[in-house]
Amino acid sequence: MSGSLATQVGQLAHRSVLRTLRQPAQIVPAIVFPLFLLAVNSGGLKDATNLPGFPTDSYLTFALAVPFMQGALFSVMNSGTDLARDIETGFLNRLALTPLRGAALLSGLLAGTIVLGVVQGVVYLTVGLIAGAELAAGAGGALVIILLSVSITVAFGTIGLFAALRTGTGEAIQGLFPVFFVFLFLSSMALPLDLIETDWYRAIATANPVSYLLDAFRSLLIEGWEPDQLALGFGIAATIFIIGMYAASSALKTRLVRT
Amino acid sequence: MNAPQAHRPAGLRAIALAVAWRSIHNFLTNPAFLVPALVFPLFFFVSFAGGLSAIANVPGFDFPTGYTAFQFVFVLLQSAAFGGVFTGFGIARDFETGFARRYLLAASNRSGIVAGYALAAVARAFVTWTVLTVVALVAGMNVGGEGIEIVGLYSLALLVNIAATMWAAGVAMRVRSIQGGPLMQFPVFLILFLAPVYVPLDLLSGWIHAVASINPVTALIEAGRGFISGDPEVVALAFAIGIALPLLFSLWARGGLRRAEAAG
Repeated sequence: MSGSLATQVGQLAHRSVLRTLRQPAQIVPAIVFPLFLLAVNSGGLKDATNLPGFPTDSYLTFALAVPFMQGALFSVMNSGTDLARDIETGFLNRLALTPLRGAALLSGLLAGTIVLGVVQGVVYLTVGLIAGAELAAGAGGALVIILLSVSITVAFGTIGLFAALRTGTGEAIQGLFPVFFVFLFLSSMALPLDLIETDWYRAIATANPVSYLLDAFRSLLIEGWEPDQLALGFGIAATIFIIGMYAASSALKTRLVRT
Repeated sequence: MNAPQAHRPAGLRAIALAVAWRSIHNFLTNPAFLVPALVFPLFFFVSFAGGLSAIANVPGFDFPTGYTAFQFVFVLLQSAAFGGVFTGFGIARDFETGFARRYLLAASNRSGIVAGYALAAVARAFVTWTVLTVVALVAGMNVGGEGIEIVGLYSLALLVNIAATMWAAGVAMRVRSIQGGPLMQFPVFLILFLAPVYVPLDLLSGWIHAVASINPVTALIEAGRGFISGDPEVVALAFAIGIALPLLFSLWARGGLRRAEAAG
């Protein structure tokens, strides 16, 4: 990275991180809401571990993968809403008058998402372990879980950037939240794929990449080190990131032409 | 020359109907309002009844009409509650845009404004319930209850809808901004999910059993499940709670209306 680009990214990253940290309304729901659902689901679905073939006798351990995905969904909202606000307030137009590069803008905007991803990952894992969840992969597994959490959070964050650049309004970004929740609910969120009895539901969940992201977390929590599942999880996150960045870059060019 | 006729101010009924008509018209003609109201309950129904159907195989789970009917009751009551909350969003939006101020200026009896919003919430709930019920029956839901029991189920849902509307209206008229949305939504979400959502109360254990045992929504859900299975239980308690909640939250909404009036 050239010195100029590094400076540009650094300035925007600094602003993005500060803006994230100064908005409790972004951080608190992204942490509290997934933990609440974890508490409710791990209590309410505890008996699911009695089903033959359930991979663990602790539903809490099984369900602990879900908050990481919910946190990533919040990153779509947060990154998208921040950029949409920059568009609505005219800040992006002012940036367009500077020699700032598009890559610097997008990378810098994701800095706040990275920080949020780290905070979320550490909090979810810590609370889960304190509550009694197991971590079969040990301390090294904890680090990989945080890394995977950040990777997925950033990957989903690029979708938020793309949506903001395409729509230009925070209201439209908020409207996307339920759409992304569909992906989470129609996955192996509550039961393993092979225990889902409804055929069409199992077919959708099998085709849904979110199921494999959940499996990557669960492999570390329940089984230990499973390179195939981890590679698949990181690979899906990388693919979403590449597609999201490409789409956001294209949308940025279009928006700057419009202005 | 005849003396000019005195202009009679509109009564509560006329005001309520006018407010309700506008809200219902907005709901039915704006896809941004209509689609989420229909899609969300269906989505929850599909996720719970489809994705979790294996829960019916858990030892001790013996709901006679199956897991689809078991979850239908929860989703019906949830859609009733969230129909009320979404109406609260509409009230908050009317305050943000200044339309609610025009209501306050024009209405001789301002309770009619709240009554109108409540009527609109009921109307939108009926639209949602119709679609949800048709989808559930097409999906093969078994219904064990007789006609009167099904009326009982939908009556409970109606009471939940009115209670949630009054709660959300009270918040909306105090905050008078859509930023109050989470305050309307989160407590409702919380109390609904701290009830026996996935399995009967008897199969819950630990803290969630303790909380669900004292959660008033538990009685509503259990009574609703009793109705749909044709084996009514805790009916008197459920209706006592179902009637008390709207009355309680009507006082809360009236207080909100007074705050809005004072704010001008």
